[in-house]
Amino acid sequence: MENRNGINIQINKLEKVYDNRNVLNGLDVEIKKGEFVSVVGKSGCGKSTLLRLVAGLEDAEGGSIILDGEKLEGLNKKARIMFQDGRLLPWKRIIDNVCIGLSTEKRNKALEALAQVGLEERKDDYPSKLSGGQKQRVALARALVHNPDLLLLDEPLGALDALTRLEMQELIESLWRQKKFTAVLVTHDAEEAVAISDRVLLIDQGKISLDQTISLPRPRKRTNPAFALYVDDILSQIMNRNEDKEYPVLLPELSLSLLDSVNN
Amino acid sequence: MNKSIIKKSFQRFLPWFIPCIFLICWQIVSSLGIISERILPAPTEIIQAAIQLISNGELYEHMSISLVRAFIGFVIGGVIGFVLGLLNGVFRFSELLFDTSVQMLRNIPHLALIPLVILWFGIGETSKIFLVALGVLFPVYINTYHGIKSVDKGLIEMGKSYGLKGYKLFFHVILPGALSSILVGIRFSLGVMWLTLIVAETISAQSGIGYMAMNAREFMQMDIIVLSILIYALFGKLSDVIARYFEGRLLKWNA
Repeated sequence: MENRNGINIQINKLEKVYDNRNVLNGLDVEIKKGEFVSVVGKSGCGKSTLLRLVAGLEDAEGGSIILDGEKLEGLNKKARIMFQDGRLLPWKRIIDNVCIGLSTEKRNKALEALAQVGLEERKDDYPSKLSGGQKQRVALARALVHNPDLLLLDEPLGALDALTRLEMQELIESLWRQKKFTAVLVTHDAEEAVAISDRVLLIDQGKISLDQTISLPRPRKRTNPAFALYVDDILSQIMNRNEDKEYPVLLPELSLSLLDSVNN
Repeated sequence: MNKSIIKKSFQRFLPWFIPCIFLICWQIVSSLGIISERILPAPTEIIQAAIQLISNGELYEHMSISLVRAFIGFVIGGVIGFVLGLLNGVFRFSELLFDTSVQMLRNIPHLALIPLVILWFGIGETSKIFLVALGVLFPVYINTYHGIKSVDKGLIEMGKSYGLKGYKLFFHVILPGALSSILVGIRFSLGVMWLTLIVAETISAQSGIGYMAMNAREFMQMDIIVLSILIYALFGKLSDVIARYFEGRLLKWNA
């Protein structure tokens, strides 16, 4: 059966200018239905801008974003976005935060979503009573209660401690596998990108400078040598360290052979 | 456990410690005749005056008329300030049209208008209510406007991206975000309300606490003058308590 959820995104020659600076400079990429894609890059490279454009929070100066064959105009109604700073309404109880934009008869859906992130017992608390990780879980529940075709994640784990971060990565991955939406994660953490996504995109000079498919089986183990190779390669690409192009060309074969050795 | 009860009752008593000591010293100094009755009557005399004014119904009459003036003026000024603040905070057009004018009017001390107001409205109710409303309007306006302007843009963006717009966005995100600032404005304006009323009643009135004090001055009734001042202090404290209560209720998420 074809996935009901998920959406295909086609981005053509996308241009975005801030203060006379071309943040995005003719960016092309296609993201397939149900794919989990991470976008990495140096800070200020335009990765968050790309996400905001896909969410329809801002307008591009040029180019187009096509969602399942339809050009995006204004707010992207098929997408839900999770922000770095959570953005829960401090004056609403947790359950009411999850209910934002939901019709009243769907309140039990919000409870369900809270249960999925393991916070149904905190439904009557105010956000100020929660830890950073718990707040982001609520934000995740709030995004997923709408059953979006596209989940946009704007460095949602950036401010969390290492342990909470791992937990959240696993939670996001498992919910993604369950619900089969398309996911785009912006992150500055190459390891996170490799751990969670099917493909890692690197933005440099306003364009995609690396499009790396991660062919590791899930659930992924960080102890896998191929995992480390992917991370290392992406990191050196971000830092522009690889003048000799040997390494990345070698990588696919290398990682596959390593995979074999691990699996045997 | 016993200790914590003692500690709690101690903390309850402590704010009243200075007023009590003050009263006791005052009584002693007056009884010993160190301060003459013509300068400051003893607390017991003021209590006697209060009892007398209560029993002949005069105090009730003056107090109720003052409260009614304060209340009506506050509601009129508060509503106008609030609505204007909302409009100018939310709509760019309204802000461009009104804000400059409001800022100009705001900088006129409203008590300086008393001579003008007396000529316009006489010394009837209208003039007092007008002055109170004018005094209350600006603090409410400024804080409402500022509160709305300083609502976290990230939250508004989030609300929009989650499908809120129009009145829903306003009631779920913008108004609650501005509420603590609005309440500060209301608390401040309660102070302005009493100040304006006292001055207005003292200068031009035929009833009310301020009038009672001015009338007592004509007959050198020091006890009544001091009583009026104490009543104002009590009213001030009372409105502060009410304002705090609402703040506690409406901003409980902030705790």
